[in-house]
Amino acid sequence: MPQEKMIEIRGLKKVYQMGGVEVPALRGVDLDALQGEILAILGPSGSGKSTLFHIIGGLTPPTEGTVKVAGRDLSRMTNRKRTELRRQTVGFVFQKFNLLPTLTARENVQVARHIAGVSKETDQGFDELVKMLGIDHRLDHKPYALSGGEQQRVAIARAIVNHPPLLLADEPTGNLDTENAQAILDMLKKLNEQLGQTILMITHNPEAAAYCAHRTLHMRDGHIVDA
Amino acid sequence: MINRLVVSNLLHRPIRTGLSILAVTMEVTMMLLIVGLAEGLLEESQKRSRGVGADIVIRPSASSAAMALGSADIPAKLAAFLPEKYDEIDMAMGTTLSFQGDLQTITGVDWEEFTRMSGGTHFFSGGPPEGPYDVIVDEVYARYKKVKVGDTLELLNSDFHVAGVVETGKMSKIFIPLETMQDLMGWGSRFSQLFVKLHDPADTQRIVEEIAAQLPSYPVYAMEEFLSLAEADIREMSSQFIHAIVALAVVIGFLVVLLSMYTAILERTREIGILKSLGATNGFIVTVLLREIAVLCLVGIASGIAAAYGIRAGLEVSFPLVVVLITSDWIVISSLLAVMGAALGALYPATRAARQDPIHALTYD
Repeated sequence: MPQEKMIEIRGLKKVYQMGGVEVPALRGVDLDALQGEILAILGPSGSGKSTLFHIIGGLTPPTEGTVKVAGRDLSRMTNRKRTELRRQTVGFVFQKFNLLPTLTARENVQVARHIAGVSKETDQGFDELVKMLGIDHRLDHKPYALSGGEQQRVAIARAIVNHPPLLLADEPTGNLDTENAQAILDMLKKLNEQLGQTILMITHNPEAAAYCAHRTLHMRDGHIVDA
Repeated sequence: MINRLVVSNLLHRPIRTGLSILAVTMEVTMMLLIVGLAEGLLEESQKRSRGVGADIVIRPSASSAAMALGSADIPAKLAAFLPEKYDEIDMAMGTTLSFQGDLQTITGVDWEEFTRMSGGTHFFSGGPPEGPYDVIVDEVYARYKKVKVGDTLELLNSDFHVAGVVETGKMSKIFIPLETMQDLMGWGSRFSQLFVKLHDPADTQRIVEEIAAQLPSYPVYAMEEFLSLAEADIREMSSQFIHAIVALAVVIGFLVVLLSMYTAILERTREIGILKSLGATNGFIVTVLLREIAVLCLVGIASGIAAAYGIRAGLEVSFPLVVVLITSDWIVISSLLAVMGAALGALYPATRAARQDPIHALTYD
């Protein structure tokens, strides 16, 4: 039985207006990602991979083309609908971790549940999740007291705590040493195997892509150059 | 969770949080004290006027209800004439007034007449004046000047002997014998104002009208009318000043909150981006900020009210003549104005935060 598509992109273009000048970031991207697939996108800076990441995550609308995520067409979505998509369908993991500095690790994870409207009472998987990520003993620490690897695990916990079907990871190992980077990649693989989430990972690192991804795409100058 | 986020944000920037609270505190304190001073002055003045025990006041020809004149143009014979003319009049008492340096008035009074009209005055120490240079002061003035019975007090360029200290709230804070004051001021036997007490206060309005017809050149008032007119005059005189202070206080609160929240939004640009990436709505972002403002306001208002009471207590000790009346009405008004100023100050930063582009916010350093 064929797997359903989690991401379906056709003819995607994105043009930024910078000081009255049009700067094309994506020049016509076609892309599919299946449910449960780990897809890595490799490419140099300026190739358009971050823009692609932002559009799939509903952070910015496309200029042209269709982008379907979990069957919903982002190109026709209002800001409100894209906000809803981020809340329900997508989890983000960033290179710089992007934890809220004033909250503890536990609160950083819980804030995502709160925004998604999940009450504490139904938070049964929380303990299991943080244990699986190996941060159960660091939950009451604020981000500044955590190592880079721990911060990224908290960020992963926050990204998946609402069980979104799609996890977007932008250079998730970019700020980590080799050991922690390997641990994070193992974690992503494990999550994919256990939870069946689709993972789209953007990276500069071909080895990370090869280790983790089922499929790797390359981008250059706003195009996918191989598939 | 929102409350946890609000509290952690406020605690994370203690100096800015403290300054914002201080601004709201100052705003509320300023309003309560300035209005309290005006209200206190009015209240105290009315209490003392009522304490005379008169039903009718006859003022000098060129005076208003609010402004007493440091002169005397009411002839003494009027005090004798009125009770003879009107059976309804129990007694008429003339007094003289002169201003003392610290915004106080010295009242020249026949102590026996004053005692009879006012129903008596409680002495904390000493007793009624016996000699021409005996002075009676109320306990607030005695505390302020640190004088006691037996001390000497210089008034109208003469030395007076403190003969008694009385309760406050009846006519004046400083009483000297009527004739002494008339001699010192060169006023002969004339009065600055005349108080009339009736056998039956129900006759007040009719007698006022009859005296006014008889003495057209003198303003004649029923005591309550006099107090009401004086209150209206004083409120009119003070209202512009009070409005200016209130407006200034609100503007200070508005500007400080605006600046504080604006810089907070700039500093927290990335955090706003993070919340947006998690699917936080604009309403969620605005709610967090408005709750922060609400906390700042509540703490600022509470400390502003406490500070106003604290300063009032300090003034009572250091400057007993200054009466500050903090009313519940103005506690509510100043609190609402503080909330309004802060809400206006937060409006632009909150709107700006809600409209942040999430990508720009996430890449902000």
